Amino acid sequence: MIAFLVKRLFHALLVMFVISVIAFAIQENLGDPIQQMVGQSVPESEREELRERLGLNDPFLVQYLRFAGNAAQLDFGYSYIFNQPTTEVILRHLPATLELVAASTFLIIVLSVPIGVYSAIMPRAWLSRFFMGVSIVGISIPVFLTAIVLIQLFAIGVTWTPFPADTAWGSWLNDLVSTEGGMPAYGRGDPVHVFGTWYTNFATLKGLTYLVLPAISLASIMLPLFIRLIRAEMLEVLQSEYVKFARAKGIRLRRIYFLHALKNTMLPVITVGGVQIGTLVAYTILTETVFQWPGMGLMFLNAINRSDIPLIITYLMIVGLIFVITNTLVDLIYGLVNPTVKLTGKPA
Amino acid sequence: MSTTTSSIGSPPAASRWERFRDSYLLYSFKRDLIAQVSLLVFVMMVAAAVLAPWLAPMNPHDLAQIDILASELPPFWISGSEDAYVLGTDAQGRDMLSTILYGARVSLIIGFGAVALQAILGVCFGLLAGYLGGRIDAFLMRLADIQLSFSTLMVAIVVGALVKAIFGGATFSAYAVPLLVLIIGLAEWPQYARTVRASVLAEKGKEYVDAARTMGLSSRRIMFRHILPNTLSPIFVISTVQVANAIISEAALSFLGLGMPETHPSLGSLIKSGFDYLQSGSWWITLMPGAVLVLLVLVINLLGDWLRDVLNPRLYKG
Amino acid sequence: MSLLEVNNLDVRFALRRGDVQALRDVCFSLDRGERLGIVGESGAGKSVAAFSLLNLISKPGYIAGGSIRFDGQELTGLSDRALRRIRGHRISMIFQDPMMTLNPVLTIGEQMIECLKAHRRIARREARAIALRKLEQVQIPSPEARLEQYPHELSGGMRQRVIIAIALLLDPDIIIADEPTTALDVTIQAEIMALLLELCEKHNVGLILITHDLGVVSQVTQRMLVMYAGRVIEQGPTREIINDPQHPYTQGLMNALPQMATPGERLNQIPGSMPSLDNLPSGCAFHPRCAFTQRPDGSERPACRSRVPEFVTSGNCQAACHMVAEMIERERIPAEETTR
Repeated sequence: MIAFLVKRLFHALLVMFVISVIAFAIQENLGDPIQQMVGQSVPESEREELRERLGLNDPFLVQYLRFAGNAAQLDFGYSYIFNQPTTEVILRHLPATLELVAASTFLIIVLSVPIGVYSAIMPRAWLSRFFMGVSIVGISIPVFLTAIVLIQLFAIGVTWTPFPADTAWGSWLNDLVSTEGGMPAYGRGDPVHVFGTWYTNFATLKGLTYLVLPAISLASIMLPLFIRLIRAEMLEVLQSEYVKFARAKGIRLRRIYFLHALKNTMLPVITVGGVQIGTLVAYTILTETVFQWPGMGLMFLNAINRSDIPLIITYLMIVGLIFVITNTLVDLIYGLVNPTVKLTGKPA
Repeated sequence: MSTTTSSIGSPPAASRWERFRDSYLLYSFKRDLIAQVSLLVFVMMVAAAVLAPWLAPMNPHDLAQIDILASELPPFWISGSEDAYVLGTDAQGRDMLSTILYGARVSLIIGFGAVALQAILGVCFGLLAGYLGGRIDAFLMRLADIQLSFSTLMVAIVVGALVKAIFGGATFSAYAVPLLVLIIGLAEWPQYARTVRASVLAEKGKEYVDAARTMGLSSRRIMFRHILPNTLSPIFVISTVQVANAIISEAALSFLGLGMPETHPSLGSLIKSGFDYLQSGSWWITLMPGAVLVLLVLVINLLGDWLRDVLNPRLYKG
Repeated sequence: MSLLEVNNLDVRFALRRGDVQALRDVCFSLDRGERLGIVGESGAGKSVAAFSLLNLISKPGYIAGGSIRFDGQELTGLSDRALRRIRGHRISMIFQDPMMTLNPVLTIGEQMIECLKAHRRIARREARAIALRKLEQVQIPSPEARLEQYPHELSGGMRQRVIIAIALLLDPDIIIADEPTTALDVTIQAEIMALLLELCEKHNVGLILITHDLGVVSQVTQRMLVMYAGRVIEQGPTREIINDPQHPYTQGLMNALPQMATPGERLNQIPGSMPSLDNLPSGCAFHPRCAFTQRPDGSERPACRSRVPEFVTSGNCQAACHMVAEMIERERIPAEETTR
């Protein structure tokens, strides 16, 4: 256990080191703090003096160490846009993103496991084929397009009249294929204050309605992937000798599927899931842009568009930290679920 | 039955053709309706994109041809449409059909270009890592791990943002196509590298590699002439998926404003520019190019699925 | 009547290009406490025969005809629910590779207790006690601790002992063992086989032992079947078949044993290989490899190519071979002439 943690910690530090070097390189080459601090009219001599005072003429290594030291204290300087310490800006935007990711993750887990298992157990059933068909279409739709379609359908509403509207059954069918709209699709409404910078959408029903469309959009990119993955792994496990042996022992099919097979299926799924958390965070940038969801992703895009280098750097470092933490957690969970891992190294 | 074909082509070409004709690949293709339809649609879309300058009713890049008064016209089946614009017009009065044809062209160029770059980078790194092992392997794979744990899209967005910041918006727009190829290529090489490395490791243990080594062949020759041909089927399978991914990545970057400029739009930037008019009811400006994008990516994914089922290579899992 | 009677069993695999017959006309029986060996090359249908008894053949395979009567009950056509009550309870199985047979994420104890609980209304603690007793019977050191362990913590031989213990959990009438020692180290093979034999004898459990090892069959079983290309081609008391094999294929198998070869010379292999099941030769499936398709006078025996041989009885054994049939015929005619 200790060895495992040390190993993971070392790996985490390595990743953070790489990210910090990249972040530092960005700051060095793109962010000229003098430009931001003083106006155009200030003469070159004064700028030079300021540079010297800020230590910008120090050797590269010294500057990096200073940067890393500040970074360790979560001090990345001031955001140009907000004119506040970047960490404060990030902290203010973090809860919105985390809530969005949490809602999506919930949707993904709740839907992908039963659908994946079902279509592995009943590979020939028409419902399984339907799920597989939908999931390959789902993989092919970019997340922002899903979001746009959802907005069109459920926020704006669509009136279709393919059936004769002057008959009773025609208008009934027309109503059936048309959608009403009215779902909130802009921002996060009036979230309830919890503490500090944390406002939540989970507290009220109205708050939750604001989450629905963004969360579905964000989930739509991972859901088909996970359904296909779970199905493929489960199909493989169902072919295994130990499942056959369990049947030869006279164990109930239900127990074989949901204990013997599912537990083995989830091992690779957990590993892949850990990697996909990173992708999910990346996709929040797109989802939040479409829905103007005031989270870190939208903030990051604004920072890019307005060249707010300190904010960009802080975002990269924080997101890197989130990835490292989640990956370590996932490895820990994997080690707890899989008895062949003694949390000392890789599985045998 | 082989007389006609073998008498026309030169002997080696004919035998290669015959080998293909008798192959399992073709056999299963003939039995798979979905694969046939997908290939047909894909070929038609590529052809339409390539022939866009001749097929499109107008050149959307040519400002002189644009009639700003004819903006936001709906497609033909909705009242208020004009015959000249079959699929309607966008907010600037550009013909939707033309912009979609030209946009698909840009998307496909970037998609294939980026995959070509990824493939070259990934195959070289994968071969190096797998064949040489040791520190080079550890370094390259750790790099790939880190990049993948950040997700390729995130890397592409960050690299895109940096490139845009370095070159400035105007220069970026002018050279958007090669720059996007570079960005997506750099972001997604790990997929290839890991797959190639995995199959190299599997191939390396086999006897023919030992045989080649005892014969005194150079590492480079063994890698490219002996190992690479045996890793082709996973590369082939992954390439189809990666083209689909690259097209989606490009669309995502363009949607975020880090891709093709609206004056020279790809499908992604068309979706972006149309999005602003969704609320005003002009859904076709954004959903029409969206539908084309989905169809294009879908048929590529379906072909990729079919290829994977047929060739069944060792793909890198997890 | 025997405990288990299999008659004209016909198993097919439904493939896209049509059905492939994996078992044809397989008949055998097993008495209570009897030990039967099923011998043949890989692909001969031994495992399919074993797995079809409990309808555990994997997906495209299905039982197309014949009957399996166990203790007076017909098993073919029985629902999965009804079969489940027999599986692991009255007929249990031992698989080939102990490394793959146990579920890697469940403890040994869990995998034993669930089996007991599937067949008996029993408290967990009671089930645990039975599991412990069975582990003691298979001579596993510190059985108490094993219950909490996962399969990967045990060696291959230990795991196969656990699997034997699971097979014995509910005191079954029959154990079907599919190559139970093939995947093990040579040094452990004999140990495991001896244990299995001892336990079967002690508890009067019938054993169907599937193997390609004639040595093991001769030591363990009382009767044996030889299978070739989905058919039984010879059956009878093990001792008699080993001492005096009738069918040319069985003779070939015996001759191929290392101890039958003169030191320094090559082993006596049967030429050629077993045909694939979807492309069987006409007549006797063995005829392309058979050295006895010609009569002693050098003339061709056309029946070998054209007709599937039927069983002829010779002593206590039965063999499906045209040559054997002719020999018996020839012996009988002169005998009848002299008596006349």
